Amino acid sequence: MAPRTEQELKLVSSEDVVLVRQAVRQRAADLGFSLVNQTKLVTAASELARNAVLHGGGGYARIETVSRNGRSGIRVTFEDRGPGIADIEQAMKDGFTTGGGLGLGLGGAKRLSDEFEIESRVGEGTRICVVRWR
Amino acid sequence: MTKIPAIVKQHESELLAEWIARQSAIAGPHGRTRPEPELRAECRTFLNLFQQAAQTGNVSDIGTSDWKPVRDFLQEASTQRARQGYSPVETAMFIFSLKHPLFQCLRQEFQGDGDGLADEIWTGTLLLDQLGLYTTEVYQKSREEVIARQQQEMIELSTPVIQLWHGILALPLIGTLDSNRTQVIMETLLQRIVDTGSAIAIIDITGVPTVDTMVAQHLMKTVAAARLMGADCMISGIRPQIAQTMVHLGVALGDVTTKASLADAFANALQKKRLAVSEARA
Amino acid sequence: MDTIPILKLGDFLLVTIQVDMHDRLAMRLQDDLTERIVQVKARGVLIDISALEMVDSFIGRMLANIALMARVLDAETVVVGMRPAVAITLVELGLSLKGVRTALNVDQGMDLLRQLGIRG
Repeated sequence: MAPRTEQELKLVSSEDVVLVRQAVRQRAADLGFSLVNQTKLVTAASELARNAVLHGGGGYARIETVSRNGRSGIRVTFEDRGPGIADIEQAMKDGFTTGGGLGLGLGGAKRLSDEFEIESRVGEGTRICVVRWR
Repeated sequence: MTKIPAIVKQHESELLAEWIARQSAIAGPHGRTRPEPELRAECRTFLNLFQQAAQTGNVSDIGTSDWKPVRDFLQEASTQRARQGYSPVETAMFIFSLKHPLFQCLRQEFQGDGDGLADEIWTGTLLLDQLGLYTTEVYQKSREEVIARQQQEMIELSTPVIQLWHGILALPLIGTLDSNRTQVIMETLLQRIVDTGSAIAIIDITGVPTVDTMVAQHLMKTVAAARLMGADCMISGIRPQIAQTMVHLGVALGDVTTKASLADAFANALQKKRLAVSEARA
Repeated sequence: MDTIPILKLGDFLLVTIQVDMHDRLAMRLQDDLTERIVQVKARGVLIDISALEMVDSFIGRMLANIALMARVLDAETVVVGMRPAVAITLVELGLSLKGVRTALNVDQGMDLLRQLGIRG
């Protein structure tokens, strides 16, 4: 059975974060990602999904299979209509290395991904997109 | 509506005979030709599937589900030939050598009908071209997969992880390290640490001519990962040139134990495990 | 809500995490474990994460918190069984799990606790 190319999951509760992890894991395994690549992608997805639930007031995650130059990969997009991030640069710096406070985990998620895009507007919401290639 | 499927069915035995003869004339790898019974079976199966698919009326696009059985068959046949060492041309000739026999049959059937013949030959050519190209595409892909797998095997074979003693592993690295190889090696080492329950791993780089920033970073990440897991890594065999390079590049070794030789590192490991080597009683 | 079982082994407590934990479950574990440490006056805690395919910042912080709280209650914690892929990811993530001792498996974890002077 050919995998659906697009899968959308709601992000409302902490159980949804687990569901997103599992969906991403499954997709990566189906596409033949190495174990380490799978884990990196799932971990990044977990961080971003949790952000959407805890800081973004909930939203949804979209999982898609992508390909470029014969390589296949997975793109996961996280969208919320929350308060948005005022200073993205600062937010990317927050993290474990600076004492491990509430850090948004954005820097970490970026390090774990091959491609990382973020759009955010105060009062409107945030959209983050990560891609990991096989 | 093309008459090709009907003609194929009607003239099956002639087609087969000529087609097989043409292919047998092509020498395969090492000058061998494909064994006749095998070839005959393949050709017969193909003609059947081809005829059934063409009968559905769609003879312009082999990407549709009507042609799936044919594609699957070609996938298998092509992959096999790739594995057996046939060249891409030899593999594609499986299809292209069918053109002449088929067009002979068409000429017979359409004697006196120049336009009809031209149409059918056009249809036939487009169809067989698509199939031939598909065969080549599949061949390419399977060759790429073989090469990738061989590369992987080479990497794994060339970096054995050795158990020096209960709980002490050694990984002698030899040759130049590129990013991909280093990653595979490191993942292998970490897995062996888990498999053998060894809390000490010695990475020996005596056989590594140069260490650049990227390799040094991978080494550091491996040491950090091993530590997170509950094991300790030592690095041995750092030659003066490499030490200089690392200082120059600002690579911080942190608190990783480093020893000049694998022997020193092993002695240190035994000490850590409160083991000592003593002379055997006579 | 489901809970994660905590076993008592002499003076040690053994927790084996076998499910993909959602955040509330992780918090619940933190609370339960702290309570049990006090209840049985445990001196050592072993957390087996060999079944975890992923450790993210939340779970990492949970482990660090457990180690901290246990120490306040005079108990030492050892996290055992971390998978290579998880370790590699944590290094990339930049999560150092400072203050958390680790060992390759339960046996080595118990050895470590004994080395620290805690009899099982």
